Amino acid sequence: MKKNKEKRNLISIEILGLLLGLIWIAPFYLMIVNAFKTKRDIFSGVLGFPEEVVFSNFVEAFIDLAFLKSLFNSVLITGLSIAIIILFSSMAGYALARNKSKLSGVIFFIFVAAMLIPFQSVMIPLVSIFGQADMLNAGGLIFMYLGFGCSLSIFLYHGAMTGISKSMDEAAIIDGANRFQTFWYIIFPLLKPISVTVAILNVIWIWNDYLLPSLVLSESNATIPLKMFYFFGQYTKQWHLALAGLTIAILPVIIGYFFAQKQIINGVSEGAVK
Amino acid sequence: MQNRSLSFWLFLTPVIMGLGIVVVIPFLYGLFYSFTDWNGITANAFIGFENYINLFQESEFMDSIWFTVKFAVVTVILLNIMGLGLALLVTRNIKSGNLLRTVFFMPNLIGGLILGFIWQFIFISVFGDIAGLTGIEGLNGWLSTTNTGFWGLVILTAWQMAGYIMIIYIAYLENIPKELIEAAKIDGASSFQRFKNITFPLVAPAFTVSMFLTLSMAFKIYDQNLSLTNGGPFNSTQMVAMEIVRTAFSDNQMAYAQAKAVIFFLIVAVIALTQVYYNKKREVEM
Repeated sequence: MKKNKEKRNLISIEILGLLLGLIWIAPFYLMIVNAFKTKRDIFSGVLGFPEEVVFSNFVEAFIDLAFLKSLFNSVLITGLSIAIIILFSSMAGYALARNKSKLSGVIFFIFVAAMLIPFQSVMIPLVSIFGQADMLNAGGLIFMYLGFGCSLSIFLYHGAMTGISKSMDEAAIIDGANRFQTFWYIIFPLLKPISVTVAILNVIWIWNDYLLPSLVLSESNATIPLKMFYFFGQYTKQWHLALAGLTIAILPVIIGYFFAQKQIINGVSEGAVK
Repeated sequence: MQNRSLSFWLFLTPVIMGLGIVVVIPFLYGLFYSFTDWNGITANAFIGFENYINLFQESEFMDSIWFTVKFAVVTVILLNIMGLGLALLVTRNIKSGNLLRTVFFMPNLIGGLILGFIWQFIFISVFGDIAGLTGIEGLNGWLSTTNTGFWGLVILTAWQMAGYIMIIYIAYLENIPKELIEAAKIDGASSFQRFKNITFPLVAPAFTVSMFLTLSMAFKIYDQNLSLTNGGPFNSTQMVAMEIVRTAFSDNQMAYAQAKAVIFFLIVAVIALTQVYYNKKREVEM
Protein backbone atom coordinates (compact mmCIF):
# COMPACT_ATOMS: atom_id res chain seq x y z
CA MET A 1 0.00 0.00 0.00
CA LYS A 2 2.64 2.47 1.08
CA LYS A 3 4.79 1.65 -1.94
CA ASN A 4 1.82 2.32 -4.20
CA LYS A 5 1.13 5.67 -2.67
CA GLU A 6 4.76 6.66 -3.05
CA LYS A 7 4.71 5.59 -6.66
CA ARG A 8 1.62 7.63 -7.36
CA ASN A 9 3.27 10.60 -5.68
CA LEU A 10 6.29 10.25 -7.90
CA ILE A 11 4.11 10.16 -10.99
CA SER A 12 2.34 13.37 -10.04
CA ILE A 13 5.70 15.00 -9.36
CA GLU A 14 6.92 13.84 -12.75
CA ILE A 15 3.87 15.34 -14.44
CA LEU A 16 4.29 18.60 -12.55
CA GLY A 17 7.94 18.68 -13.60
CA LEU A 18 7.15 18.10 -17.24
CA LEU A 19 4.49 20.81 -17.20
CA LEU A 20 6.97 23.25 -15.69
CA GLY A 21 9.50 22.21 -18.29
CA LEU A 22 7.03 23.03 -21.04
CA ILE A 23 6.35 26.44 -19.54
CA TRP A 24 10.11 26.98 -19.38
CA ILE A 25 10.68 26.38 -23.07
CA ALA A 26 7.45 28.07 -24.17
CA PRO A 27 9.21 31.38 -24.98
CA PHE A 28 11.64 29.57 -27.29
CA TYR A 29 8.80 27.64 -28.87
CA LEU A 30 6.82 30.82 -29.54
CA MET A 31 9.89 32.50 -30.95
CA ILE A 32 10.61 29.67 -33.39
CA VAL A 33 7.01 29.11 -34.51
CA ASN A 34 6.45 32.77 -35.25
CA ALA A 35 9.77 33.08 -37.04
CA PHE A 36 8.25 30.84 -39.73
CA LYS A 37 5.23 33.11 -40.26
CA THR A 38 4.62 35.93 -42.66
CA LYS A 39 4.15 39.42 -41.30
CA ARG A 40 0.42 39.25 -41.93
CA ASP A 41 0.17 35.84 -40.28
CA ILE A 42 1.80 37.18 -37.08
CA PHE A 43 -0.52 40.15 -37.14
CA SER A 44 -3.57 37.89 -37.14
CA GLY A 45 -2.30 35.79 -34.23
CA VAL A 46 0.89 34.56 -32.56
CA LEU A 47 -0.50 31.56 -30.69
CA GLY A 48 -1.32 29.24 -33.59
CA PHE A 49 0.78 27.40 -36.14
CA PRO A 50 1.91 29.22 -39.29
CA GLU A 51 -0.70 29.30 -42.05
CA GLU A 52 2.06 28.74 -44.52
CA VAL A 53 5.62 28.00 -43.43
CA VAL A 54 8.04 30.53 -44.84
CA PHE A 55 11.84 30.40 -44.68
CA SER A 56 12.45 33.79 -46.22
CA ASN A 57 12.56 35.48 -42.77
CA PHE A 58 15.61 33.42 -41.93
CA VAL A 59 17.34 34.20 -45.19
CA GLU A 60 16.74 37.92 -44.77
CA ALA A 61 17.78 37.92 -41.11
CA PHE A 62 20.86 35.85 -41.88
CA ILE A 63 21.99 38.38 -44.47
CA ASP A 64 21.12 41.45 -42.40
CA LEU A 65 22.87 40.10 -39.34
CA ALA A 66 25.92 39.44 -41.53
CA PHE A 67 25.70 36.29 -39.52
CA LEU A 68 28.81 34.49 -40.69
CA LYS A 69 30.89 37.57 -40.03
CA SER A 70 29.36 38.20 -36.59
CA LEU A 71 29.79 34.54 -35.73
CA PHE A 72 33.41 34.69 -36.84
CA ASN A 73 34.01 37.80 -34.70
CA SER A 74 32.35 36.19 -31.69
CA VAL A 75 34.31 32.96 -32.07
CA LEU A 76 37.59 34.79 -32.58
CA ILE A 77 37.18 37.16 -29.65
CA THR A 78 35.80 34.55 -27.25
CA GLY A 79 38.33 31.92 -28.33
CA LEU A 80 41.41 34.10 -28.00
CA SER A 81 40.21 35.57 -24.71
CA ILE A 82 39.67 32.12 -23.24
CA ALA A 83 43.06 30.91 -24.46
CA ILE A 84 44.97 33.73 -22.81
CA ILE A 85 42.84 33.64 -19.65
CA ILE A 86 43.54 29.93 -19.23
CA LEU A 87 47.25 30.18 -19.99
CA PHE A 88 48.04 33.24 -17.88
CA SER A 89 45.69 32.48 -14.98
CA SER A 90 46.95 28.93 -14.58
CA MET A 91 50.54 30.21 -14.59
CA ALA A 92 49.66 32.77 -11.96
CA GLY A 93 47.66 30.31 -9.86
CA TYR A 94 50.63 27.95 -9.95
CA ALA A 95 53.18 30.61 -9.00
CA LEU A 96 51.03 32.00 -6.19
CA ALA A 97 50.27 28.56 -4.76
CA ARG A 98 53.92 27.49 -4.81
CA ASN A 99 55.16 30.65 -3.10
CA LYS A 100 54.04 30.66 0.51
CA SER A 101 55.43 34.11 1.35
CA LYS A 102 53.40 36.99 2.70
CA LEU A 103 53.85 38.97 -0.51
CA SER A 104 52.37 36.13 -2.53
CA GLY A 105 49.39 36.08 -0.18
CA VAL A 106 48.88 39.81 -0.61
CA ILE A 107 48.95 39.54 -4.41
CA PHE A 108 46.41 36.72 -4.28
CA PHE A 109 44.22 38.80 -2.00
CA ILE A 110 44.31 41.74 -4.41
CA PHE A 111 43.13 39.53 -7.27
CA VAL A 112 40.28 38.15 -5.19
CA ALA A 113 39.30 41.56 -3.83
CA ALA A 114 39.16 42.95 -7.38
CA MET A 115 36.15 40.71 -7.97
CA LEU A 116 34.19 43.14 -5.78
CA ILE A 117 34.48 45.92 -8.35
CA PRO A 118 31.48 46.00 -10.69
CA PHE A 119 32.13 46.68 -14.36
CA GLN A 120 30.26 50.00 -14.37
CA SER A 121 32.64 51.36 -11.75
CA VAL A 122 35.66 51.14 -14.03
CA MET A 123 34.06 51.37 -17.45
CA ILE A 124 34.33 55.13 -18.01
CA PRO A 125 38.05 55.57 -17.25
CA LEU A 126 38.75 52.24 -18.98
CA VAL A 127 37.22 53.40 -22.24
CA SER A 128 38.97 56.74 -21.90
CA ILE A 129 42.40 55.18 -21.29
CA PHE A 130 42.06 52.65 -24.09
CA GLY A 131 40.70 55.32 -26.39
CA GLN A 132 43.75 57.52 -25.82
CA ALA A 133 46.03 54.55 -26.45
CA ASP A 134 44.11 53.87 -29.68
CA MET A 135 43.22 50.42 -28.38
CA LEU A 136 39.44 50.45 -28.80
CA ASN A 137 39.49 47.40 -31.07
CA ALA A 138 39.29 43.61 -30.93
CA GLY A 139 42.84 43.32 -29.54
CA GLY A 140 42.09 45.78 -26.77
CA LEU A 141 38.84 43.98 -26.01
CA ILE A 142 40.62 40.64 -25.62
CA PHE A 143 43.11 42.23 -23.24
CA MET A 144 40.21 43.69 -21.24
CA TYR A 145 38.66 40.25 -20.96
CA LEU A 146 41.94 38.98 -19.52
CA GLY A 147 41.77 41.72 -16.91
CA PHE A 148 38.15 41.06 -15.98
CA GLY A 149 38.34 37.27 -16.26
CA CYS A 150 41.64 36.50 -14.54
CA SER A 151 40.54 37.05 -10.92
CA LEU A 152 37.99 34.24 -10.67
CA SER A 153 40.17 32.03 -12.85
CA ILE A 154 43.25 32.50 -10.66
CA PHE A 155 41.09 31.82 -7.62
CA LEU A 156 39.93 28.51 -9.10
CA TYR A 157 43.43 27.47 -10.25
CA HIS A 158 44.91 28.43 -6.88
CA GLY A 159 42.37 26.18 -5.17
CA ALA A 160 43.08 23.30 -7.53
CA MET A 161 46.84 23.57 -6.92
CA THR A 162 46.44 22.39 -3.33
CA GLY A 163 45.65 18.95 -4.73
CA ILE A 164 48.93 18.74 -6.68
CA SER A 165 51.92 17.61 -4.65
CA LYS A 166 55.08 19.68 -4.62
CA SER A 167 57.14 16.54 -5.23
CA MET A 168 55.90 16.73 -8.84
CA ASP A 169 57.78 20.00 -9.32
CA GLU A 170 60.85 18.78 -7.48
CA ALA A 171 61.15 15.62 -9.54
CA ALA A 172 60.94 17.60 -12.77
CA ILE A 173 63.48 20.18 -11.60
CA ILE A 174 65.92 17.42 -10.61
CA ASP A 175 65.49 15.96 -14.08
CA GLY A 176 66.73 19.27 -15.42
CA ALA A 177 63.48 20.97 -16.42
CA ASN A 178 63.21 24.71 -15.91
CA ARG A 179 60.23 26.33 -14.23
CA PHE A 180 58.25 26.89 -17.37
CA GLN A 181 58.87 23.35 -18.65
CA THR A 182 57.82 21.98 -15.28
CA PHE A 183 54.63 23.99 -15.42
CA TRP A 184 53.80 23.30 -19.03
CA TYR A 185 54.58 19.57 -19.19
CA ILE A 186 53.79 18.44 -15.64
CA ILE A 187 51.43 20.83 -13.85
CA PHE A 188 49.26 22.23 -16.64
CA PRO A 189 48.05 18.79 -17.82
CA LEU A 190 47.11 17.94 -14.23
CA LEU A 191 45.01 21.11 -14.07
CA LYS A 192 42.90 20.03 -17.02
CA PRO A 193 39.63 19.46 -15.07
CA ILE A 194 39.75 22.96 -13.60
CA SER A 195 40.76 24.38 -16.99
CA VAL A 196 37.50 23.01 -18.39
CA THR A 197 35.57 24.76 -15.61
CA VAL A 198 37.45 28.02 -16.17
CA ALA A 199 36.82 27.80 -19.92
CA ILE A 200 33.09 27.17 -19.50
CA LEU A 201 32.54 29.95 -16.98
CA ASN A 202 34.40 32.48 -19.10
CA VAL A 203 32.83 31.41 -22.39
CA ILE A 204 29.34 31.93 -20.98
CA TRP A 205 29.86 35.55 -20.04
CA ILE A 206 32.26 36.61 -22.80
CA TRP A 207 30.14 35.09 -25.57
CA ASN A 208 27.03 36.84 -24.28
CA ASP A 209 28.61 40.12 -23.20
CA TYR A 210 27.00 43.16 -24.75
CA LEU A 211 27.98 46.30 -22.86
CA LEU A 212 31.76 46.10 -23.14
CA PRO A 213 31.85 45.28 -26.88
CA SER A 214 29.30 48.05 -27.47
CA LEU A 215 31.77 50.54 -25.99
CA VAL A 216 34.85 49.11 -27.69
CA LEU A 217 33.99 47.68 -31.11
CA SER A 218 32.82 49.41 -34.25
CA GLU A 219 29.82 47.99 -36.06
CA SER A 220 31.99 46.30 -38.67
CA ASN A 221 33.66 44.18 -35.97
CA ALA A 222 30.45 43.48 -34.08
CA THR A 223 29.98 40.27 -32.14
CA ILE A 224 26.62 38.45 -32.23
CA PRO A 225 24.97 40.26 -29.26
CA LEU A 226 26.14 43.64 -30.53
CA LYS A 227 24.93 42.97 -34.07
CA MET A 228 21.67 41.66 -32.64
CA PHE A 229 21.15 44.97 -30.90
CA TYR A 230 21.54 46.98 -34.11
CA PHE A 231 19.45 44.46 -36.01
CA PHE A 232 16.61 44.57 -33.50
CA GLY A 233 16.57 48.35 -33.48
CA GLN A 234 16.15 48.27 -37.25
CA TYR A 235 13.23 45.86 -37.18
CA THR A 236 11.06 46.98 -34.28
CA LYS A 237 7.49 45.96 -34.93
CA GLN A 238 8.62 43.60 -37.68
CA TRP A 239 8.48 40.56 -35.48
CA HIS A 240 8.75 37.99 -38.27
CA LEU A 241 12.27 39.18 -39.06
CA ALA A 242 13.28 39.99 -35.50
CA LEU A 243 12.28 36.52 -34.28
CA ALA A 244 14.09 34.80 -37.13
CA GLY A 245 17.20 36.81 -36.25
CA LEU A 246 16.91 35.89 -32.57
CA THR A 247 16.53 32.22 -33.48
CA ILE A 248 19.66 32.31 -35.61
CA ALA A 249 21.60 34.15 -32.89
CA ILE A 250 20.71 31.55 -30.27
CA LEU A 251 21.50 28.55 -32.46
CA PRO A 252 25.26 28.32 -31.75
CA VAL A 253 24.63 28.31 -27.99
CA ILE A 254 21.95 25.64 -28.23
CA ILE A 255 24.21 23.44 -30.36
CA GLY A 256 27.07 23.88 -27.88
CA TYR A 257 24.79 23.12 -24.96
CA PHE A 258 23.50 20.01 -26.67
CA PHE A 259 26.99 18.55 -26.96
CA ALA A 260 28.46 19.65 -23.64
CA GLN A 261 25.52 19.98 -21.25
CA LYS A 262 27.04 17.76 -18.60
CA GLN A 263 30.36 19.61 -18.52
CA ILE A 264 28.59 22.95 -18.59
CA ILE A 265 26.32 22.20 -15.65
CA ASN A 266 29.18 20.68 -13.64
CA GLY A 267 31.44 23.61 -14.43
CA VAL A 268 28.86 26.19 -13.41
CA SER A 269 28.11 24.25 -10.25
CA GLU A 270 31.80 24.12 -9.32
CA GLY A 271 32.35 27.79 -10.06
CA ALA A 272 29.35 28.92 -8.04
CA VAL A 273 29.83 26.81 -4.95
CA LYS A 274 33.51 27.72 -4.46
CA MET B 1 59.31 29.77 -5.91
CA GLN B 2 60.77 32.65 -3.96
CA ASN B 3 59.82 36.31 -4.04
CA ARG B 4 63.14 37.15 -5.63
CA SER B 5 63.04 34.41 -8.22
CA LEU B 6 62.67 35.72 -11.72
CA SER B 7 60.26 32.97 -12.73
CA PHE B 8 57.78 33.92 -9.98
CA TRP B 9 57.43 37.40 -11.45
CA LEU B 10 57.46 36.19 -15.04
CA PHE B 11 54.56 33.88 -14.29
CA LEU B 12 52.62 36.76 -12.75
CA THR B 13 53.43 39.55 -15.20
CA PRO B 14 50.61 38.97 -17.72
CA VAL B 15 47.81 38.92 -15.16
CA ILE B 16 49.25 41.75 -13.09
CA MET B 17 49.33 43.85 -16.26
CA GLY B 18 45.82 42.72 -17.16
CA LEU B 19 44.25 43.43 -13.81
CA GLY B 20 46.32 46.57 -13.32
CA ILE B 21 45.55 48.23 -16.64
CA VAL B 22 41.96 47.05 -16.96
CA VAL B 23 40.66 47.20 -13.38
CA VAL B 24 42.97 48.73 -10.76
CA ILE B 25 44.23 51.82 -12.62
CA PRO B 26 40.81 52.74 -14.10
CA PHE B 27 39.27 52.24 -10.67
CA LEU B 28 41.75 54.60 -8.99
CA TYR B 29 41.54 57.09 -11.87
CA GLY B 30 37.77 56.97 -11.58
CA LEU B 31 37.89 57.61 -7.86
CA PHE B 32 40.09 60.64 -8.47
CA TYR B 33 38.08 61.99 -11.40
CA SER B 34 34.81 61.74 -9.48
CA PHE B 35 36.06 64.73 -7.47
CA THR B 36 36.77 66.80 -10.57
CA ASP B 37 34.94 68.24 -13.57
CA TRP B 38 36.47 65.61 -15.89
CA ASN B 39 34.88 65.46 -19.34
CA GLY B 40 36.43 62.18 -20.43
CA ILE B 41 39.63 63.72 -21.75
CA THR B 42 40.77 66.46 -19.42
CA ALA B 43 39.92 67.64 -15.94
CA ASN B 44 40.20 71.37 -15.31
CA ALA B 45 39.22 71.78 -11.71
CA PHE B 46 39.03 69.92 -8.47
CA ILE B 47 35.49 70.35 -7.22
CA GLY B 48 35.46 68.30 -4.04
CA PHE B 49 32.23 66.55 -3.23
CA GLU B 50 30.09 68.56 -5.64
CA ASN B 51 29.29 65.57 -7.89
CA TYR B 52 28.35 63.50 -4.89
CA ILE B 53 26.12 66.20 -3.42
CA ASN B 54 24.41 66.63 -6.78
CA LEU B 55 23.74 62.97 -7.37
CA PHE B 56 21.92 62.58 -4.08
CA GLN B 57 19.66 65.43 -5.11
CA GLU B 58 18.99 64.09 -8.60
CA SER B 59 15.61 62.41 -8.62
CA GLU B 60 16.35 60.30 -11.68
CA PHE B 61 19.37 58.67 -10.05
CA MET B 62 17.68 58.17 -6.69
CA ASP B 63 14.62 56.73 -8.47
CA SER B 64 16.85 54.26 -10.29
CA ILE B 65 18.42 53.17 -7.00
CA TRP B 66 15.01 52.78 -5.40
CA PHE B 67 13.72 50.85 -8.42
CA THR B 68 16.79 48.59 -8.33
CA VAL B 69 16.38 47.91 -4.61
CA LYS B 70 12.74 46.95 -5.07
CA PHE B 71 13.65 44.79 -8.04
CA ALA B 72 16.50 43.13 -6.13
CA VAL B 73 14.39 42.31 -3.08
CA VAL B 74 11.57 40.76 -5.10
CA THR B 75 13.92 38.89 -7.42
CA VAL B 76 16.06 37.49 -4.61
CA ILE B 77 13.07 36.09 -2.75
CA LEU B 78 11.48 34.69 -5.90
CA LEU B 79 14.71 33.22 -7.26
CA ASN B 80 15.53 31.39 -4.06
CA ILE B 81 12.06 29.90 -3.72
CA MET B 82 12.08 28.85 -7.37
CA GLY B 83 15.66 27.62 -7.32
CA LEU B 84 15.11 25.48 -4.24
CA GLY B 85 11.75 24.26 -5.55
CA LEU B 86 13.23 23.22 -8.90
CA ALA B 87 16.20 21.57 -7.17
CA LEU B 88 13.91 19.54 -4.90
CA LEU B 89 11.87 18.57 -7.95
CA VAL B 90 14.68 17.35 -10.19
CA THR B 91 16.53 15.51 -7.41
CA ARG B 92 13.48 13.34 -6.70
CA ASN B 93 13.63 9.90 -8.18
CA ILE B 94 11.88 10.86 -11.40
CA LYS B 95 12.72 9.67 -14.91
CA SER B 96 12.89 13.13 -16.46
CA GLY B 97 15.18 14.54 -13.75
CA ASN B 98 18.19 15.07 -16.01
CA LEU B 99 16.16 16.36 -18.92
CA LEU B 100 14.44 18.89 -16.66
CA ARG B 101 17.76 20.09 -15.25
CA THR B 102 18.92 20.74 -18.80
CA VAL B 103 15.71 22.59 -19.65
CA PHE B 104 15.58 24.76 -16.53
CA PHE B 105 19.22 25.72 -16.88
CA MET B 106 19.07 26.55 -20.60
CA PRO B 107 18.01 30.24 -20.45
CA ASN B 108 21.09 30.91 -18.36
CA LEU B 109 23.44 30.24 -21.23
CA ILE B 110 21.84 32.80 -23.51
CA GLY B 111 22.66 36.43 -23.05
CA GLY B 112 20.29 38.76 -21.22
CA LEU B 113 20.13 41.02 -24.26
CA ILE B 114 18.70 38.33 -26.53
CA LEU B 115 16.38 36.97 -23.84
CA GLY B 116 15.03 40.47 -23.23
CA PHE B 117 14.13 40.80 -26.91
CA ILE B 118 12.36 37.42 -26.88
CA TRP B 119 10.35 38.40 -23.82
CA GLN B 120 9.47 41.73 -25.37
CA PHE B 121 7.66 39.67 -27.98
CA ILE B 122 6.04 37.47 -25.30
CA PHE B 123 4.85 40.38 -23.17
CA ILE B 124 3.61 42.53 -26.00
CA SER B 125 2.33 40.18 -28.72
CA VAL B 126 1.67 36.89 -26.94
CA PHE B 127 0.15 38.47 -23.84
CA GLY B 128 -1.93 40.74 -26.09
CA ASP B 129 -3.28 37.77 -28.03
CA ILE B 130 -4.05 35.82 -24.89
CA ALA B 131 -5.89 38.85 -23.53
CA GLY B 132 -7.90 39.01 -26.75
CA LEU B 133 -8.85 35.34 -26.50
CA THR B 134 -9.60 35.15 -22.79
CA GLY B 135 -10.70 38.68 -22.08
CA ILE B 136 -8.18 39.10 -19.24
CA GLU B 137 -7.62 42.85 -19.37
CA GLY B 138 -4.52 42.68 -17.18
CA LEU B 139 -2.54 41.07 -19.97
CA ASN B 140 -2.93 44.07 -22.26
CA GLY B 141 -0.35 46.80 -22.58
CA TRP B 142 2.52 45.09 -20.83
CA LEU B 143 5.80 47.04 -20.62
CA SER B 144 3.92 50.26 -21.31
CA THR B 145 3.52 51.09 -17.62
CA THR B 146 6.03 51.21 -14.79
CA ASN B 147 4.31 48.41 -12.98
CA THR B 148 4.17 45.95 -15.88
CA GLY B 149 7.73 46.93 -16.78
CA PHE B 150 8.83 46.08 -13.25
CA TRP B 151 7.09 42.70 -13.25
CA GLY B 152 8.27 42.03 -16.77
CA LEU B 153 11.86 42.45 -15.61
CA VAL B 154 11.21 40.29 -12.55
CA ILE B 155 9.67 37.48 -14.65
CA LEU B 156 12.45 37.61 -17.23
CA THR B 157 15.18 37.51 -14.58
CA ALA B 158 13.49 34.78 -12.55
CA TRP B 159 13.05 32.65 -15.64
CA GLN B 160 16.63 33.22 -16.73
CA MET B 161 18.41 32.72 -13.41
CA ALA B 162 16.27 30.16 -11.56
CA GLY B 163 18.12 27.32 -13.27
CA TYR B 164 21.43 28.70 -12.06
CA ILE B 165 20.25 28.91 -8.46
CA MET B 166 18.78 25.43 -8.88
CA ILE B 167 22.27 24.12 -9.73
CA ILE B 168 23.66 25.60 -6.51
CA TYR B 169 20.93 24.05 -4.40
CA ILE B 170 21.39 20.71 -6.15
CA ALA B 171 25.08 20.72 -5.23
CA TYR B 172 24.14 21.05 -1.56
CA LEU B 173 21.17 18.68 -1.72
CA GLU B 174 23.31 15.93 -3.20
CA ASN B 175 25.73 16.26 -0.32
CA ILE B 176 23.10 15.26 2.23
CA PRO B 177 23.87 11.69 3.36
CA LYS B 178 21.14 9.32 2.15
CA GLU B 179 21.35 7.42 5.46
CA LEU B 180 20.09 10.45 7.36
CA ILE B 181 16.92 10.63 5.30
CA GLU B 182 16.44 6.86 5.47
CA ALA B 183 16.89 6.82 9.23
CA ALA B 184 14.30 9.56 9.63
CA LYS B 185 11.91 7.66 7.38
CA ILE B 186 12.29 4.55 9.53
CA ASP B 187 11.64 6.64 12.62
CA GLY B 188 8.37 7.66 10.99
CA ALA B 189 9.12 11.29 10.07
CA SER B 190 6.76 12.67 7.42
CA SER B 191 8.20 14.15 4.26
CA PHE B 192 7.49 17.64 5.56
CA GLN B 193 9.27 16.85 8.84
CA ARG B 194 12.20 15.40 6.92
CA PHE B 195 12.41 18.57 4.85
CA LYS B 196 12.12 20.86 7.85
CA ASN B 197 14.50 19.06 10.16
CA ILE B 198 17.10 17.52 7.86
CA THR B 199 17.09 18.94 4.36
CA PHE B 200 16.49 22.57 5.22
CA PRO B 201 19.20 22.96 7.91
CA LEU B 202 21.76 21.19 5.73
CA VAL B 203 20.90 23.33 2.73
CA ALA B 204 20.95 26.57 4.72
CA PRO B 205 24.52 27.44 3.59
CA ALA B 206 23.29 27.27 0.00
CA PHE B 207 20.68 29.81 0.95
CA THR B 208 23.34 32.31 2.06
CA VAL B 209 25.43 31.68 -1.05
CA SER B 210 22.52 32.10 -3.44
CA MET B 211 21.01 34.99 -1.61
CA PHE B 212 24.08 37.15 -1.97
CA LEU B 213 24.78 35.88 -5.45
CA THR B 214 21.30 36.81 -6.62
CA LEU B 215 21.43 40.10 -4.75
CA SER B 216 24.58 41.23 -6.49
CA MET B 217 23.35 39.89 -9.84
CA ALA B 218 20.10 41.80 -9.45
CA PHE B 219 21.98 45.00 -8.67
CA LYS B 220 24.26 44.76 -11.67
CA ILE B 221 21.63 43.91 -14.29
CA TYR B 222 21.96 45.93 -17.46
CA ASP B 223 21.37 43.90 -20.63
CA GLN B 224 17.90 42.71 -19.68
CA ASN B 225 16.94 46.23 -18.69
CA LEU B 226 18.15 47.61 -21.99
CA SER B 227 16.48 45.06 -24.25
CA LEU B 228 13.20 44.55 -22.40
CA THR B 229 12.06 48.01 -21.34
CA ASN B 230 14.96 50.27 -22.34
CA GLY B 231 14.20 52.07 -19.09
CA GLY B 232 10.77 53.16 -20.30
CA PRO B 233 8.17 54.44 -19.92
CA PHE B 234 9.82 57.81 -19.12
CA ASN B 235 12.90 56.25 -17.51
CA SER B 236 10.73 54.82 -14.76
CA THR B 237 12.10 51.28 -15.10
CA GLN B 238 15.71 52.37 -15.36
CA MET B 239 18.09 50.57 -13.04
CA VAL B 240 21.31 51.94 -11.57
CA ALA B 241 23.66 50.30 -14.07
CA MET B 242 21.73 51.72 -16.99
CA GLU B 243 21.44 55.13 -15.38
CA ILE B 244 25.23 55.29 -15.06
CA VAL B 245 25.81 54.20 -18.67
CA ARG B 246 23.39 56.87 -19.88
CA THR B 247 24.83 59.66 -17.77
CA ALA B 248 28.25 58.82 -19.17
CA PHE B 249 27.66 57.96 -22.80
CA SER B 250 24.40 59.71 -23.70
CA ASP B 251 24.69 62.84 -21.54
CA ASN B 252 28.51 62.91 -21.66
CA GLN B 253 28.79 63.92 -18.02
CA MET B 254 31.80 61.74 -17.31
CA ALA B 255 32.89 62.91 -13.88
CA TYR B 256 29.35 63.01 -12.61
CA ALA B 257 28.64 59.51 -13.97
CA GLN B 258 31.85 58.32 -12.35
CA ALA B 259 30.69 59.62 -8.96
CA LYS B 260 27.53 57.55 -9.44
CA ALA B 261 29.71 54.59 -10.36
CA VAL B 262 31.65 54.99 -7.11
CA ILE B 263 28.41 54.95 -5.10
CA PHE B 264 27.37 51.90 -7.10
CA PHE B 265 30.65 50.21 -6.19
CA LEU B 266 30.10 50.96 -2.50
CA ILE B 267 26.63 49.39 -2.57
CA VAL B 268 27.83 46.24 -4.35
CA ALA B 269 30.92 45.95 -2.14
CA VAL B 270 28.87 46.24 1.05
CA ILE B 271 26.61 43.41 -0.15
CA ALA B 272 29.60 41.20 -0.95
CA LEU B 273 31.46 41.97 2.28
CA THR B 274 28.37 41.18 4.32
CA GLN B 275 28.35 37.79 2.68
CA VAL B 276 32.03 37.19 3.48
CA TYR B 277 31.32 38.18 7.07
CA TYR B 278 28.39 35.76 7.37
CA ASN B 279 30.34 32.92 5.79
CA LYS B 280 33.25 33.43 8.18
CA LYS B 281 30.88 33.58 11.12
CA ARG B 282 29.25 30.32 10.17
CA GLU B 283 32.56 28.56 9.63
CA VAL B 284 33.48 29.50 13.19
CA GLU B 285 30.18 28.21 14.52
CA MET B 286 30.53 24.89 12.72
